[in-house]
Amino acid sequence: MSPDFLKLIFGRLGFESLPLHEPIVVGTFAVVALGGAALLGGLTYFRLWGYLWREWFTTVDHKRIGIMYMILGIVMLLRGFADALMMRGQQMLAFGGSEGYLNAHHYDQVFTAHGVIMIFFVAMPLVTGLMNYVVPLQIGARDVSFPFLNNFSFWMTVGGAVLVMASLFIGEFARTGWLAYPPLSNIGYSPDVGVDYYIWALQVAGVGTTLSGINLICTIVKLRCPGMTMMKMPVFTWTSLCTNVLIVASFPVLTVVLALLSLDRYVGTNFFTNDFGGSPMMYVNLIWIWGHPEVYILVLPAFGIFSEVTSTFSGKRLFGYTSMVYATVVITILSYLVWLHHFFTMGSGASVNSFFGITTMIISIPTGAKMFNWLFTMYRGRIRYELPMMWTIAFMLTFVIGGMTGVLLAVPPADFVLHNSLFLIAHFHNVIIGGVVFGAFAGITYWFPKAFGFKLDPFWGKLSFWFWVTGFYLAFMPLYVLGLMGVTRRLRVFDDPSLQIWFVIAAIGAFLVLLGIMCMLMQFAVSFLRREQLKDVTGDPWDARTLEWATSSPPPDYNFAFTPVVHDNDAWWDMKRRGYQRPLTGFRPIHMPSSTGTGIILAGLATAMGFGLIWYIWWLAAVSFIAMLVVGIGHTFNYHRDFDIPAEDVIRTEDARTKLLAGAK
Amino acid sequence: MNTDTHAAGADDHHHGDSHAHGTFSTYMLGFVLSVVLTAIPFWLVMSGALPSKQITALVIMAFAVVQIVVHMIYFLHMNTTSENGWSMMALIFTIVMVVIALSGSLWVMSHLNSNMMPMHQMSGMK
Repeated sequence: MSPDFLKLIFGRLGFESLPLHEPIVVGTFAVVALGGAALLGGLTYFRLWGYLWREWFTTVDHKRIGIMYMILGIVMLLRGFADALMMRGQQMLAFGGSEGYLNAHHYDQVFTAHGVIMIFFVAMPLVTGLMNYVVPLQIGARDVSFPFLNNFSFWMTVGGAVLVMASLFIGEFARTGWLAYPPLSNIGYSPDVGVDYYIWALQVAGVGTTLSGINLICTIVKLRCPGMTMMKMPVFTWTSLCTNVLIVASFPVLTVVLALLSLDRYVGTNFFTNDFGGSPMMYVNLIWIWGHPEVYILVLPAFGIFSEVTSTFSGKRLFGYTSMVYATVVITILSYLVWLHHFFTMGSGASVNSFFGITTMIISIPTGAKMFNWLFTMYRGRIRYELPMMWTIAFMLTFVIGGMTGVLLAVPPADFVLHNSLFLIAHFHNVIIGGVVFGAFAGITYWFPKAFGFKLDPFWGKLSFWFWVTGFYLAFMPLYVLGLMGVTRRLRVFDDPSLQIWFVIAAIGAFLVLLGIMCMLMQFAVSFLRREQLKDVTGDPWDARTLEWATSSPPPDYNFAFTPVVHDNDAWWDMKRRGYQRPLTGFRPIHMPSSTGTGIILAGLATAMGFGLIWYIWWLAAVSFIAMLVVGIGHTFNYHRDFDIPAEDVIRTEDARTKLLAGAK
Repeated sequence: MNTDTHAAGADDHHHGDSHAHGTFSTYMLGFVLSVVLTAIPFWLVMSGALPSKQITALVIMAFAVVQIVVHMIYFLHMNTTSENGWSMMALIFTIVMVVIALSGSLWVMSHLNSNMMPMHQMSGMK
């Protein structure tokens, strides 16, 4: 066959694109392929495909979509953490003339993939999953505003994750760092597919994130149950609202920046080149207009989780609810006024730097106010040190350290010394792990019994907690030291042998975190096996305060047989105190949205289009794009969008719960 | 999506009865205004009626802003009371964000530019 014909069919893709010369990648591929084959074989053997397709892949139920987001986040955490271990190992070994075991080509991909995966495909799915699961329950709704859109958003996120994972075995990933600054990421310096994988993975996933943001804003604004005014919303719902407002306002900026970068790469425009009036600095400026709000997108829901957990496990109403809400709103606005602190050293001069330095310091005020609110909530409370509360305490201690180093970095002259050093790396891992990851774990352990009807096993949970916390401190405190000594980030080999000991300590810390992750997986397995002993029949295992605990665990498809009416901030606590009686009669059919496979099909086509664009397989891109339009328009003619759960089914479900509750007493 | 204002009747999905939807004449008015607001900038560029390119660019931007307002009023049916004031609040938030991003970027980039200008151009400044 002629080379032209092959090029038409396969674009840039060829046998030489497979990284067969990298033994580590080939080994990983073998393991993943074997594991994947075992999984697919198992699903086929147990005839689970039909079940998965009907009950999970095509579902529009916000609870199941939320759970699938969490699974995606945890699976990707394993990938992202494997990258972290490889970096720690490389930096620990590459001393005294040793090159370590990763070549530069591979190492640069590893640190880029680590950052991209941890932010976009671990933190975002975990946060979105918790919001998806909890928000409709907290506001007494039956689902989100646009259930089909929710399913589509999830699968678009998966599509992005699939593209990133594909880059490991087909071609390569970007070698540019997680934000792909030009001119390095431009076609002249990165002619390979790496940056294209980066662009299209983020564009596909970004569609999902933006749409899910719109969906949740609409849900919170429109679907609150009677009596729940804005200032009676649970704090987690408030922080979710602000987070989704941030998503909707900032993700379009990312989309546009990446679109401009792709124009530079694909059609030869000069937005971010060094010539013809282009400016790479404009890219840095624009991407941080998205990038700074992004970190608040991640941490605000975590703040909400800590608020719920603190108040529940202290047995007290949250201290300073109103100030908490205003602090959240102020952070939302301020998070848009600080982006330049990511590039103080680029040369905007003293006036610009001082403005952004001061706004950055100001943001620590509402955050500090929140910290005091949590402390005062605990003050004279009857604190129960269950797992969610333990994560919260660990968060408060850790996040304060990270926050203080953040204020330190906000001082422009200090930043000129610390910029791009390992001090910065230590700082943002300090706030992202201490804030977002601990928050997600607190949320998982807190809401797990709601989602599955049994608590998580505390022994393995505590083991995981201690490994994580000690591992975190061992892994990142040495980086503060190294950063102050002037070690910059993303280095592959070192000359100065006196630095090695710090990297060894950091590697030990990373290993402890690995044990923490393994204990967490063990915790899921053990809890599943012990689910009868850990069972929660009441629907309210923590004696909690907000509405999601008013329904059964796991909640029925329709969440609430009757829409609740709210009179107080802590609606469920108020209902319990006033001797609320569950209605036992008078059930009526419940109107619900139907499942549809359109979401997963559209997202699959979008992923195929991304793959085609990455490899210059133009026919594939064109065909998938047209197919997307056809499927999308076809879906508008689908009139079987909703159905009624018959009253008999509701009665059966509610009677079963009545029996369970009677048995529990 | 149901854009009308009777939020209380959550199960009410009937369209057409609400004042939030436009009539034929408001849609036509919006359409004509949009066409006019597009045609004038086009003519300005093609004929070169204004003396300098900079003034032309500024005038086009002004027309673009008016065009946005026309779209919001006639096609998106926004006013101060629709959706219990939520659309107004969203609009204000959007404007604040856009102003921050645009003015901030211009400020940052102009400072970068003046600080990083090559030496031969620097000599003419200050």
